[in-house]
Amino acid sequence: MNNQLLDIRNLSVRFDTDEGAFNAVDDISLHIDRGESVGLVGESGCGKSVTALAITRLIPSPPGHIESGQVIFEEHDLLRLKPSALRNIRGASISMIFQEPHSALSPLHRIGRQMIEAIRFHREMSKTAAWEYARDWLSKVGIADAEERMYAYPFQLSGGMQQRIMIAMALMLSPALVIADEPTTALDVTTQAQIFSLIRDMKENDASLLLITHDMGVVWEMCDRVVVMYASRIVEYGALNDIFVNPVHPYTIGLLKAIPTLAVGGKGRLAAIPGQVPSPLAYPKGCNFQDRCEHVSDRCLQDNPALFEINTGHAAACVLADKGDITPAG
Amino acid sequence: MIPETINHAGANGEENPLLEVIDLKTWFPIKRGLFSIGAGNVRAVDGVSFTINRNETLGLVGESGCGKTTLGRTLLQLEKASGGEILFNGVSIPSLGRREMNRLRRHIQVIFQDPLSSLNPRMNVMDIVTEGLVQFGMIEGSRQEHAARLLQEVGLGRDAIHRWPHEFSGGQRQRISIARALSLKPDLIICDEAVSALDVSVQAQVINLLLKLQESHRLSYLFISHDVSVVSNIADRVAVMYLGQIVEIGNAADIIGNPMHPYTRVLIAAVPVAGGKRIDAHIVRGEAPSPASPPEGCRFHPRCPEVMAHCKQMPPPVTTLENGRMVMCHLYG
Repeated sequence: MNNQLLDIRNLSVRFDTDEGAFNAVDDISLHIDRGESVGLVGESGCGKSVTALAITRLIPSPPGHIESGQVIFEEHDLLRLKPSALRNIRGASISMIFQEPHSALSPLHRIGRQMIEAIRFHREMSKTAAWEYARDWLSKVGIADAEERMYAYPFQLSGGMQQRIMIAMALMLSPALVIADEPTTALDVTTQAQIFSLIRDMKENDASLLLITHDMGVVWEMCDRVVVMYASRIVEYGALNDIFVNPVHPYTIGLLKAIPTLAVGGKGRLAAIPGQVPSPLAYPKGCNFQDRCEHVSDRCLQDNPALFEINTGHAAACVLADKGDITPAG
Repeated sequence: MIPETINHAGANGEENPLLEVIDLKTWFPIKRGLFSIGAGNVRAVDGVSFTINRNETLGLVGESGCGKTTLGRTLLQLEKASGGEILFNGVSIPSLGRREMNRLRRHIQVIFQDPLSSLNPRMNVMDIVTEGLVQFGMIEGSRQEHAARLLQEVGLGRDAIHRWPHEFSGGQRQRISIARALSLKPDLIICDEAVSALDVSVQAQVINLLLKLQESHRLSYLFISHDVSVVSNIADRVAVMYLGQIVEIGNAADIIGNPMHPYTRVLIAAVPVAGGKRIDAHIVRGEAPSPASPPEGCRFHPRCPEVMAHCKQMPPPVTTLENGRMVMCHLYG
């Protein structure tokens, strides 16, 4: 059997807005192996969340639509699946954890009822059995007084507790793939640390994780591989050490340098990337990073660089990585 | 009376602190039921003392709900202090009348987290950054010239003058907020999560801008943030807040390099560091309790990894160490 669980091939997502049409995701390909944790990083608007939503076809339409590509999950192309078949996959084989649990949970229904509904949609189970199953999962994610919390409405719980419930709901049906979109961004650091260990423990059942985040520190905590996006395109991917120790793309290098670290030596300037991300309505010809790049050359203004392989599993979409003797990777 | 220009030296010629906060309390009454019967207080800020010197940045860190934003708002008199004293250049802020306070506002400016909601969408950039100048009668020459000069200081071009807030990116909008704060030549700028909503690459630009402006204008900052890493890059001194109280304060390098309070240690250890050791989650327990009913004894004791028997009954002593360092914990009492 193939070890690849998810294979995204040449995915493009287009948005038609009043200001104009643009590609939020421009011809990206990435794969996730079974049991693997992949971090998809980039700044706001780079297309990372749109990629996540496209996998389970949750792009709001209009204005968005999937223009081209394939999303192969367990030998099915999710983009061509019938809605009923897709519903059976969503929430069960592929589950999602969002940044804001309070907008992902229904404010009108008690926690217990929401969990039972999800369980009974996917599994043949009596109400009583589903209740007990849900309650046990709340205990597993570290919620005290689980029985009592089953009767609570989301607004009665703290953000950290709501996120624990989202995690319980995402994991309780033993998904093969968990997609987590900024799962700890809205939480305090101490709660974030607890959520990390929870997701790590829960992953022991060999689920794969696609973690979407802007925080390189979070990627380091949680992932095996990293995919870096900039302005709708993948600019670099590689194993954790490839990206953190030997980054090649000037954007990845700049991003790593710009992260404020705990400064033991007192205050001082940070290494900022000059300029700003171009608007998706006005991407330049050639490389999207050209305006901010210190290595920019004529070639960058002409062609959108392909992903050049640096070594096995590590590639960068930059002419700096083009040794001339290797063919562009995937 | 507030002098038009603030003396930068005290009566005896030595520099006194720009801001001195003594045992400040901001409590919000909880009202319940038909007759609004008092049901206690939310002690958002509960006995906080610190000073900020000229040209100095005090970083104020803590998690959501610890009272750091309320503290900033109380300094600006956007919340009423329930007790304690705020001395700005020796003048007691809580005892000022409204007109006197309005005149003092020139000297204390604020930058909020979300520039889109703190910039009036119906005003163009020139009006936004020069409104204060007009208000305080500080305009000499044209508004356009003033605006261009201010925008240049924050790294925006002259072409921004006639544009509107929604036309800018988050980082540029925050630069406009900074230009507005700068326009009145303040002594103190309160930055409340001023870079928290920005992307990393832009965040670094804005931090660098704040550092540059501090040098060129001899500014003081109260830099409020939940992000210890950001604070450690911008602050001279750091105060750590937990449930309405400052539990540790000292020089930034001392606090980051050698945190003493168990909460400070937990807060620093929980920061994910790219390339560093992975976080051991067992150092942190539970969530912060409600400030409406803080725990008896030390407020951190239910989550403290080093809790002792008497922490549960007795409030911790305040221990003062060298270099202006203070820690509030039974371990050092």
